Formats: sequence, structure tokens, C-alpha cells
Amino acid sequence: MAEPRVMDIKDQPGFRSIAIICLLVLYIPVLILMIFSFNSGSLVTHWEGVTLNWYGSAFLNEEFHSAAKNTLIISVTATIVSTICATLAAIGMTRVKPWRGLAAAFMIINLPLMVPEIITAVATLSFFALIAGTLGLNFGIGNLIFAHTVFCIPFAYMPIRARLEDMDLTLEYAAADLYATPWNAFKRITLPLLVPGIMSGAALAFIVSFDDFTITQLVAGPGQTTLPLYIWNQIRRPMTPEINAISTILLLVSILFVSVSFLIARRRAK
Amino acid sequence: MGTRIESLPRSCQADRLMVTIKTGTHLPTRAGALNGVIVPEQPGKNAIEVRGVRKVFGTGENQVAALDTVSVSIRENEFFTLLGPSGCGKTTLLRLIAGFDFPTAGEILLHGQDIAPLPPYKRPVNTVFQSYALFPHMTVAQNIGFGLEMLGKPKAEIEARVAQMLKLVKMEALKARRTSQISGGQQQRVALARALAPQPKVLLLDEPLSALDYKLRKEMQIELKRLQHETGITFIFVTHDQEEALTMSDRIAVMSAGKILQVGTPRDIYDRPAERFVADFIGETNFLPGTVVSKQGGVATVKFASSATISAGYPEGFDPTGEVTLVVRPEHADLVADPAKGTIAGTLSNIVYFGTDTHYHVKLDGGDNFIVRHQNSRSSPVTYATGAKVGIQFEEDAARVLKD
Amino acid sequence: MTTATLSPTPLSPQPLSKAALFEAQAVKAGARRNRLLSLPALIIIGIFGVLPLIIICVYSFLVAAPYGGVQWQFSTDAYLNFLFQRDIFDDTLQFTPDFLIIYLRSFLFAVVTTIICLLLGFPTAYFMATRPPAQRNWWVLLITIPFWSNLLVRTLAIMFIIRDEGLINDALLALGVIEKPITMLYTNFAIQLGLLYAFLPFMVLPLYSSLEKLDFRLVEAAYDLYATRRQVLWRVIIPLSKPGIIAGCLLVFIPALGAYVTPLILGGGVHLMIGDLIAQQFGSGRNWPLGCAQALILMAAVLVALFFYVRNTSGKVQHG
Repeated sequence: MAEPRVMDIKDQPGFRSIAIICLLVLYIPVLILMIFSFNSGSLVTHWEGVTLNWYGSAFLNEEFHSAAKNTLIISVTATIVSTICATLAAIGMTRVKPWRGLAAAFMIINLPLMVPEIITAVATLSFFALIAGTLGLNFGIGNLIFAHTVFCIPFAYMPIRARLEDMDLTLEYAAADLYATPWNAFKRITLPLLVPGIMSGAALAFIVSFDDFTITQLVAGPGQTTLPLYIWNQIRRPMTPEINAISTILLLVSILFVSVSFLIARRRAK
Repeated sequence: MGTRIESLPRSCQADRLMVTIKTGTHLPTRAGALNGVIVPEQPGKNAIEVRGVRKVFGTGENQVAALDTVSVSIRENEFFTLLGPSGCGKTTLLRLIAGFDFPTAGEILLHGQDIAPLPPYKRPVNTVFQSYALFPHMTVAQNIGFGLEMLGKPKAEIEARVAQMLKLVKMEALKARRTSQISGGQQQRVALARALAPQPKVLLLDEPLSALDYKLRKEMQIELKRLQHETGITFIFVTHDQEEALTMSDRIAVMSAGKILQVGTPRDIYDRPAERFVADFIGETNFLPGTVVSKQGGVATVKFASSATISAGYPEGFDPTGEVTLVVRPEHADLVADPAKGTIAGTLSNIVYFGTDTHYHVKLDGGDNFIVRHQNSRSSPVTYATGAKVGIQFEEDAARVLKD
Repeated sequence: MTTATLSPTPLSPQPLSKAALFEAQAVKAGARRNRLLSLPALIIIGIFGVLPLIIICVYSFLVAAPYGGVQWQFSTDAYLNFLFQRDIFDDTLQFTPDFLIIYLRSFLFAVVTTIICLLLGFPTAYFMATRPPAQRNWWVLLITIPFWSNLLVRTLAIMFIIRDEGLINDALLALGVIEKPITMLYTNFAIQLGLLYAFLPFMVLPLYSSLEKLDFRLVEAAYDLYATRRQVLWRVIIPLSKPGIIAGCLLVFIPALGAYVTPLILGGGVHLMIGDLIAQQFGSGRNWPLGCAQALILMAAVLVALFFYVRNTSGKVQHG
């Protein structure tokens, strides 16, 4: 080294290179996939020129439309229901005097995170088959909405709970001291301060529902194709860059929602 | 009437009245505002009466009594301080009055009405929190108006009152700021204004100055006294800082281990501590062992090991006999070069210079240590050297007999 | 005046004050309200999350219906079939390790994935944690994005690169290093690569959150006491970040063991992992009880791992 440097006690040799390699490894394949969505040739891997045609053909594709519609119906409903449930549960379970069954309730909320997805998938499939067979119940696309809501709840729950735990309990004491009834204190103090956590939770719930493949694939009935299922169906046919275009759209949606959730969480940390 | 632990200032001796009044920090216009002067008891004028209050936290084996049967009366328009080390129960008592916790036994009367079973939002009592607890999503003005808004006051009234409060705490210029955009001292003022805006019967202050730096704390001490004077509201102030308590309070309750040990004016507490803990916790103190020889009219004659005797007052309702402990403040004693001329004698072991005064550490002939504080002046005639034999003289009424 | 009063509890000899009664009532009302608030979430997860798990426990003791589904007839065949096959001629049980091999292979995949992720993830997380705060946020965002991105699409991206006519083979052919494309897709290598790619962020984030809290004055103290860089790393930093290491390993190991998408796309149905095996029983295999039994055996393995985790962190749960 030409210029002598003061030893930084935090540095460990080689760690910087490994970190950069990890980042490159994580991003290069995805970036290549995105770049080829602009390929004017009809092959997924051989570059021929720049075009936006594949996005055009994706948007004109009927199957893509119905898959996108299904995905949005399921994700939006599951997000709303799970966020409401998770918010209520977080309020009932965080910073409270321990009530009987609280520990069990906490385990149940977190259960969907601990069970491997494939087990949840076959269990849910068996469940809906059973109630269809014995009770004649079939909620149609509702089956998928219920299944998604279950695993969305813990994802929505985590940031809301974290936000509540960070919240200064004396603020609520102060509100009560200033003549706010419990409901007024909640409406005027707790809820406004909880909003970033709820938004962050809703964003995470939306992503996991929007991206879900395993559970959807096993539980979905005919005509309930979602975007990830649509991509899976395309893989098994001769592929064109249209699939890259659709994949890129999915990735951009994920990135958008992660960033939103991330930025909300960061702002609260300040 | 419930049991009253406070020692009534009536027991003071007459000559105490001649003590000079410190100026600056308090206002001699109101009853009870004069440090060192007997505050006449005003029956039926109690703002808060705490009667036999116990507070037990936890259940079963883990039960801890944070307050052990405490009774105290706090008068109207009084600046009353709960003083004690951390964990003594002072904050618990404050929280019981505010309504954040509820007593296991006993009553808390506000103007004669038991408020202990009321939730905090039904009590005409407001709190200034140690952390200020300002609502971060509201402006300064919205914070101040919150209490009035919750009371359902008309908008015009709220606006007028908020403006008045902003003026009172000198925060008009910053009314539209978010609370995160103002300094610690300013937050403190907003917290005060917010708690005063609904015109509570009693204002509770939970170590509100502890987060401020030294200079700002001194400023706010004066500010608090001014606010209390201008609003005429009863202040109950919690602190562990004895100096703060002495300079600001009309009366102080000294607490330890869930009990109130002594209630009195700052001068009462300082000059006539009833118990060893009180004497030790407030100011610097010398403890001397002695034997009671006789007593008459609230004054005991106590003999030292050196067979010298001294007359010393003792707490009301206490009958000192046999071996007792005497307390003497370092500034109430003086050194004399001739050991024979002192009431007690010893060897000067250390001299510590403090600028305004000098501390002389004396190893007494009986083996105890004694500290004499001597105010420095340009014309200090005598100089002492360590190792010299010296005598110690006591001022009139310098010694007090302690309860234990 | 004959009624003898019983003291309600021996611990409070005094009668409860009005305030204490009020408090007791408020606490009770609060508990009731909190329970009610938690109920919607618990009911949804209870019915559509917990009940299905109970159902597959029941199903695993039933007989398969010919076209999928179950017949309500008790049988332990599903578990027997896991290790044995019934000979159709003489009805004897023969040891058939096919499923066991798939489980062991999945275990091996998961272990290798965990180790390599740790070897790559620890330096990355450490490097991130030692950046200035502003830079640190960008690093965390860059690792968080793949953490939450669509796994199917990310796996697809790997597939495009390692195909016979993919970028790697094209590049090697163009450089003349090879004459014929190397077959990488639909091999064990492809699955291993896919698992690493999928779960690397799952290792980095919990490690980071643990290392971020590291008190670097301890590192200074170690240097002050003549430790070398290597000694500081092994004797101070790694022991202090043990909770993060365990959490990260678990967050990689459990989903890797039950991986479904990765072997489905990159293994091409040739090289199965547990996840595909289970799904197969519900699809072409048409043996739901066997699938349920296989799922429960996987669940047991996960529970063992979780038990290990809980015991090692003594109640402190860390989220990534």
C-alpha cells in the first residue's frame, strides 16, 4: 500500500470481498432475467436487440389478465383481513397484563411461520377436500383467500407488534391523565402512532400473498390461476421473453412493497 | 381523623423564628412559603389526604409492599415534596394519586372525596412526567390543548386557554412546532403548560428536572416556583435531590422503604431531623453517641464519654432514655485551638478546602470522626495544622437527639 | 350473628379497599377485552391453519382412495410404506429405502446449504454491521429485497443461467473453454446452487441484526489485551454473535429441508427432495395418507430443530 492507513479495529481481512461477491451473486441472475425481457429475439437466452414487445404481448394476453385479476383479488382481500386481525391481536397481546392463554395465543399466531410451506399446503388441501366432501362446502377462490390470510397474519403481526413495543407507555398514561377515556386515548394517541407499523405489516402481508406459489399451487382449483402459477405453466412450454417480462413485473411489485415497508420502518427508527 | 405521621411544626422553639430568611427562591406573600417559619396548620384546608395507604405489587411469594401504610396531608396551595432515594415508594405514591395504580388498602381524599377508586381520566389531577411524555404526532399547541379537548371544552375557550398557557411558559413563538423539534428545556415547559392547562386541583411532578443539565435545572427550579405562585395550584413534587427539595418546597416528606419518616418545612427537616435516615440523607451530618442524664421541657441533657454535657432537643412524642445518638450539622460547630475550651476534643486528621468553606476532619478522643465546616473569609485569623489537638464548640441548639 | 367470616386470601389480611376492588375489576375487564381482540386472528389461524394440521394427522392413519383422497378405514400402512413395501405376491414386508434416501439427501442438501450460507453470510453481515449508518441502511435494503422477492422468479433466473443454452455455457463455448455445453440443469448441483441462492438472505439478516448490536468496545478491549485479528474474530466476535448464528442457521435449515420450488424447477422431477415427494403423493402418486405421513415425519424433524433452538437461546427469540 502506497499510503499508510490507520488500522480500523472493526475490519476483518477478506470480509469486504465476500460481502460484495454475495451482493453480486444475489443480483446478477435477476438482473439478467430482467434484461432479457427487452430481448427482441424470441429466445430467452440469446440477445438480439431491444424491444418492449414482450411487455405489450403480456398485457394483451387474456390468461395473464385473468391471473393478474385472481392474484389481486386474493392478495388484496387477504392483506386487508389479515392486517385487521393482526392489528387487533397485536393490541390485545402486546404490553398487556398477561392473560390466561396468552402464551398459547402467541404460539398460534406464529405457527404459520414455523411449519414448512409444503406441509401447510398439503394440510390445507386435505382440509378443503374434507369439507367439500363431507359438508359440500367450497368457497371457490375463497379457499385461496382463507389459506393466504392464515400465513399473512404473522407477517402483518410482526411489525405492528414491534411498533407497539417501541411505543412509550407513558404516552397513554399522559392521555388518561389529561382526561382521555380509554377509547379516546386509543383513537387519538395509540392508533395514530401505530399507523406506520400497520402500513409496514400490510405491505409485508401483500408481498407474501402476492408471491405465494407452493400453497396456491396445491390448493388452487381450476380457473384459479394466479400470476406465480401462470409463470409456472409457462415454464413447461417453449419459453419466450414474455415470461421474463411477467417475472420482471412481479419482481418490481415485490421491490416496491419491500422498499415501502423498509422505509416506513426506518423512519420510525429515527 | 386518620393517623398523621407528620410532626407538627408547632413544636419548634421560639428562637428558630429569628433565623434569617433566604431570599430569591421563594415568595413571602403566601402562607407557608417562608422557609424556616412556622406554617400554621389550616384544618379542613387539605388538598390531598392520604389515609393508611398500602400498595402491594406482585402475588404470592413475590409480593412486595411498595408503600407500607402511609398517611399524609397535603395542604391547598402548597409546594409539597416527596423526597427519598430510588425505590423508597415516592413515585408509587404519586402514581396512586394520579390514578395509574390503585392502593391495596387505604383512601386518597381530594378535598374530602375518595378518588382512589377513580380511573385517571376522572381525576382533576394532572401530571408532569419525568420523560415529559409529549405526544410526538402533535404540535406544541395541540399538546397543550389536549386535556381541554378531552374535557369537551368549546373550541374558542381551548384556543384562548392555550394562548394563555403558551404565554405563561413563554413558548408562544414555538406553538406550531412538533415536539420533536424543540429542546429538552422547551419540552419541559410544554409538559408543564399541558398539565396546567385544564386547571387541575393538584399538579403532580415526577422528577421533572432530572433530565435537564445543571444550569437549566436551576432555571427551571425558579420557573416552577413562579408558576406555582402565579397559578395557586397545589404542587406535589417527587425528587431524590435533597438540595432541590430544600430550595423549592414549602414542606417535605422524607420517605424510605415504603414509609414516610418525617414531614416538615425544609428547615424542620434539616435542623430537626427525627431519625438517623433523615439526618443522613439530607445534608452532611455528624453522629455522636451519648447518654441521657436528665430531660425537661423537650430538652434533654446528654453526657458524652468525655463526661462533658450538652443540652439537646428531641422529636415530639419521643422519650429519650439511656444511650442515644446525637446529630450535629458540620456548620453548627466550630474549632477552638485550646482542646480544654471545647465541649469535646480530638486530633485534626484532615483539612479539605472547598472554596466557600473548609472542612476539618477531627478524630475524636472517643474514636469517632467529626467534621466541622468553617466558612472561609479573607480575615480568617486562625490556621490549623493536621495532627494538632483541637477542641470543638457547639452553637446553641446545635445538637439533636435522634429517635434511633 | 352466627356466620363466621372466612378470610378470602391468607395473603391480604386487610379487607380490600374500594380502589383495589376497582383495580381488580379493571384488570379483569382488560383481560376480557384483550382476549376478544386477539380472537379473530386466532379463529382464522385455528380453523384454516391448525385444524388442517390435525386433519393430516388423522389422514396419515387412513387408507388411500384410488383416485386421490382417503377411505375412512384405520391403517398404519402409510408409516410402514415409508420404509417398507408390501410384496404383492406373498404379502411380506420388504425394506425399501427409496423414501429414506430422499429424506437423507434433503437433509444433506439442507446441511450443506446452511454451512455455505453461514460461511458467506457471516462475513457479509459483519461487513454490513461495520459500515457507517447511512451505508448500512442501503446494504440492509439490498439484502432485504431478495429476502422478500418472489422465490419462483429468482429460481427461474438461476435456471436461465445454468441451462445448456444458458449464459454460462454460452460464455464458456465462446471462450473455447469447452466444446460441448456442460449439463448443469436438473442435477444435484443445480438444486444445491438454487438452495444457496434462495436462502442466503435468510442467513445474512438475522446475523446482521445480532452483529449490529455488538459492542465494539469489547473488540477494542481484546486488541488492547494483545489479541490478533483472528483471535478477536474467534474468541470475541463469534461467541458474542452466537444467538444470531443459531437463528440464521435455523432460518436457512428449516425451509431448505422442506424446499419445494427449488427442486421442482432445478431438479426437473429427477432429483427429488422431501417437498416434491410429499406433493407427489397428492398429485400423480394418489396416496394422500402416505403424503400426510411423510409431511408429519418432516414436521417432526423441524420440531427437533426448533427444540434445539429454544434450548440454546433460553427463551430469547430473535427475528430477522
